[in-house]
Amino acid sequence: MAALELILNNPIISALVALGALAAVFGAVLGFAAVKFKVEGDPLVEQIDALLPQTQCGQCGFPGCKPYAQSIADGDSINKCPPGGQTTINELADLLGVDAPELDEEHGEESALPKVAFIREDECIGCTKCIQACPVDAILGAAKQMHTVITSECTGCDLCVEPCPVDCIDMLTVEPELHQWHWAQPKGVAASNIIATDKTVATDKTTATEEETAA
Amino acid sequence: MRQIWETPGGIHPEQNKHQSTGEQIGTIAMPPEIILPMGQHIGAPATPIVEVGQTVLKGECVAKPEGFFSAAIHASTSGTISAIEERTITHPSGMRALCVIIKPDGKDTWAPLNPCDDYTQLSKDEILERIRNAGIVGMGGAGFPTAIKANPKSNRKITTLILNGTECEPYITADDMLMRERADEILLGAQLFCHLLTDVNEILIGIEDNKPEAIAAMQAAANALNDERIHVVSFPTKYPSGGEKQLIQILTGKEIPSGGLPAQLGIVVQNIGTAVACHRAIVHGEPLISRVTTVVGQTLEKQRNINVLMGTPIGFVLQEHGFVSDYKQRIIVGGPMMGFAADNQNVPIIKTTNCILAPSTKELPLPAPAQPCIRCGMCEQACPASLLPQQLYWFSRSEDVEKLEEHNLFDCIECGACSYVCPSNIPLVQYYRASKGTIKLQREEKAKSDHARLRFEQRQERIVKAEAEKEAKREARKQAALEAKKLMAEKAAQPANGETENTTNAVDKTASKVVDPVTQKAKLTRALTSAQSRLERANAQLQTNIDEDNGSRKDALQSKIKQAELKVNDAQNKLDAFNKEHDISSSEPGTPQAKNSSAPSNDKGKDATSPALKKMAMSDAEKQAAAVASIEKRLGVATQKYKEAQEANTPTADALKLGVEKLEQKLSDAKAVLAQQANDVSANTTQPVSKNEADAALGAIERAQAKAKAKAAMTDDEKKQDQIASLKKRIDKAKTRLNKAKDENDDNIAAFENAYNKLQDKLTQIS
Ligand code: SF4
Ligand code: SF4
Ligand code: SF4
Ligand code: SF4
Repeated sequence: MAALELILNNPIISALVALGALAAVFGAVLGFAAVKFKVEGDPLVEQIDALLPQTQCGQCGFPGCKPYAQSIADGDSINKCPPGGQTTINELADLLGVDAPELDEEHGEESALPKVAFIREDECIGCTKCIQACPVDAILGAAKQMHTVITSECTGCDLCVEPCPVDCIDMLTVEPELHQWHWAQPKGVAASNIIATDKTVATDKTTATEEETAA
Repeated sequence: MRQIWETPGGIHPEQNKHQSTGEQIGTIAMPPEIILPMGQHIGAPATPIVEVGQTVLKGECVAKPEGFFSAAIHASTSGTISAIEERTITHPSGMRALCVIIKPDGKDTWAPLNPCDDYTQLSKDEILERIRNAGIVGMGGAGFPTAIKANPKSNRKITTLILNGTECEPYITADDMLMRERADEILLGAQLFCHLLTDVNEILIGIEDNKPEAIAAMQAAANALNDERIHVVSFPTKYPSGGEKQLIQILTGKEIPSGGLPAQLGIVVQNIGTAVACHRAIVHGEPLISRVTTVVGQTLEKQRNINVLMGTPIGFVLQEHGFVSDYKQRIIVGGPMMGFAADNQNVPIIKTTNCILAPSTKELPLPAPAQPCIRCGMCEQACPASLLPQQLYWFSRSEDVEKLEEHNLFDCIECGACSYVCPSNIPLVQYYRASKGTIKLQREEKAKSDHARLRFEQRQERIVKAEAEKEAKREARKQAALEAKKLMAEKAAQPANGETENTTNAVDKTASKVVDPVTQKAKLTRALTSAQSRLERANAQLQTNIDEDNGSRKDALQSKIKQAELKVNDAQNKLDAFNKEHDISSSEPGTPQAKNSSAPSNDKGKDATSPALKKMAMSDAEKQAAAVASIEKRLGVATQKYKEAQEANTPTADALKLGVEKLEQKLSDAKAVLAQQANDVSANTTQPVSKNEADAALGAIERAQAKAKAKAAMTDDEKKQDQIASLKKRIDKAKTRLNKAKDENDDNIAAFENAYNKLQDKLTQIS
């Protein structure tokens, strides 16, 4: 009874006490949640790494994709990965909310078709140099035995070509397979880029215009 | 009359079915060539099991299925295999793929078949295996292997079998004619499926109401069979009621969830053509080697359905029907809505080819140019999958993958109804097909890159672990060496103390005995000589083992020697200490050893320290010099031995020679290192060891990077120059390597020579 009276008599103080109690409870809950559901690793680096092509070729100047992802997270520019090309740059730009630059040619050119290493097996002397260079363990062999590339594991990074003393590794272009083929986007319909009620001349072909009108 | 349900959307295009239903199913002459692509179905292409030049009989298997998700392929007539090569295949991509080519002998002789009058005697697995071996795939559209579909892995019982006789696409009448002429076989096929599925209690045969003859024929056959599970259901014509999901909804009112399968609802849908093929495969033992195909279009003299052999070139079929090419002629494989234009008339009829359409330009004009979207919403009205085609179109254009998936792009059945109704002639379905393809490819790449990441990380981990292990071993060795050093230093510093203690101990222990210095000394000398002889023995053993190139033994022996050395030192120390003591206390004339020990005790202590200890105190260069000296000594011994062996003509001569060579090699290596060290010291640029051990990959990366950097700044001409220069460098490298190999009489001379020549070829090619 006395407590009820106290509350009724001091509405402001009781409100403050109630709020304080709530704050303490929620604070404790949040604090607990932060510890309990802690996110392992650096999620941004993981996210960036997930977008990089994982060729592990080092053309970006880092010993692998993950280090470059780390460097991007630390503010490096996003246009250093030639195997990923413009697609990867665009995705990275999307993720980081920045404008997509062109690929930095200093690090190499984007090749149109994927490549895969091939060892001319009768020439291989079994020196194992290429195995040491391959970042994804895609080469099979043992000392003085013929070596061979596991095509499905090879990322086409090119790192095994240089170390081979008898120059028996070729980088072959992988022709697109039938199951990889798909229809191309229809061409020559620039006029349909905008909706008809839009009065601008129908030659504008940025998708931005389209989205603005859509929105 | 059964109840039927409504489906959303749909269109009513011109039917154009009458042109090809005027005649019975016909046949054509034997084509000059049969082209059998290895991939006529969804899944892995089959693997040829025949050879060029081999004769095959009609119905003989020419390619076996590759794995579970595949189908066999059979010769559709008797003849010779004239080639197994890449040909343009019946596919919208117009790509080439492996085909088996048969030159028919005209006799059309059947291979022995394996018919079965009563399939209820066979086990289900046996029946499924036969269907699989007959190469049967879904003949209505995509070519899904039937053996898989007829045995769905679902935890729900299959209670409803639907036979799809809808054939909603304009122009196509192959299923219509099949139902008119072979209704009984279709129903027998349906019963076969029911036998496989066990729990089916209704068989629904769905037919659009624009095929009254087919409905009548099917009904009559059903009545004759007297199977009350069979219901022939007709429903109003609308495109695309023939889609699997649409048909299920029309006949049962059930909707399949997005991304789900009919089996989840206890339903299996089969095409009626597939039912006939399965019936024939089991009962008559005939593999799938022919199919009914509609040949239609205004540029043809004769429009009808034919039962045509798989692998017949489409051009030949057209020619047999009086084809006259029109201006801007298109040949469409499949119907006008979902088919594709074949650029090459030499592509064959395959298991899924239900129609060849050769329209005149007037009949099926080229699509008008696309106009801007006017947001009329007609596409949304027409879509049978209740999607928002207009939104999808925008997302597809802006390649917004996330939004596309959010808007259920993958529920689109690519029926083309939206494009058909679009007043702006936007080829909407093309956009969806393109986007689907891109997304699928992206997923595939994503899976691949995830895999590569995993392998990269695992390798990295492995390297780190191996490095850590090595480091730990190194550390342990260092620790052990340090301890040994300390121990020895202690002993060297206070030999007298230790000895006195020892002696006092000995005195205590042998209290009754009189301590005789002479016996004591003799004992110590004996210990020393024995230790020395042990050392010698071990050394000799080591030498023989080195000569025999016995690596593992060698290591063990070397450690033995070390031990022996330590013992010798120990003994020597003791003796010295003893001598010293007695030199001072008594003036007994000593042995030669005692004389030696008359030197100042300080120096003596130093001398007494073992060679091992000395080694530890040496600098790198000194160590190397010592190593060179020791190898020289070993070489001397080895050479001597080899000579002896040669003179005596013992069989071990060769092994000994090898040992000598090895030692020579080692010596020159060690000398080189020594010279290097001298250089380093003089130039005062001692490199940290870790640099030498840097990862080979890192080095390659650095080089590649530098190259790329230089390349970026160059013009094409310069690039070429650069290429030539780099090639020349590589040639030089190859040459030195070759010469070295020649000098050393290496096994790989041929390989090096080859590489050298190839590089030179490359150079001539470029310049
Ligand atoms: S095989 Fe060669 S190209 Fe392929 S991933 Fe390994 S190092 Fe790179
Ligand atoms: S580097 Fe060349 S020679 Fe050496 S193992 Fe690899 S492929 Fe063979
Ligand atoms: S093609 Fe796709 S989006 Fe267009 S109507 Fe058919 S299901 Fe709908
Ligand atoms: S039918 Fe064509 S014009 Fe109409 S909303 Fe759809 S895409 Fe736009």
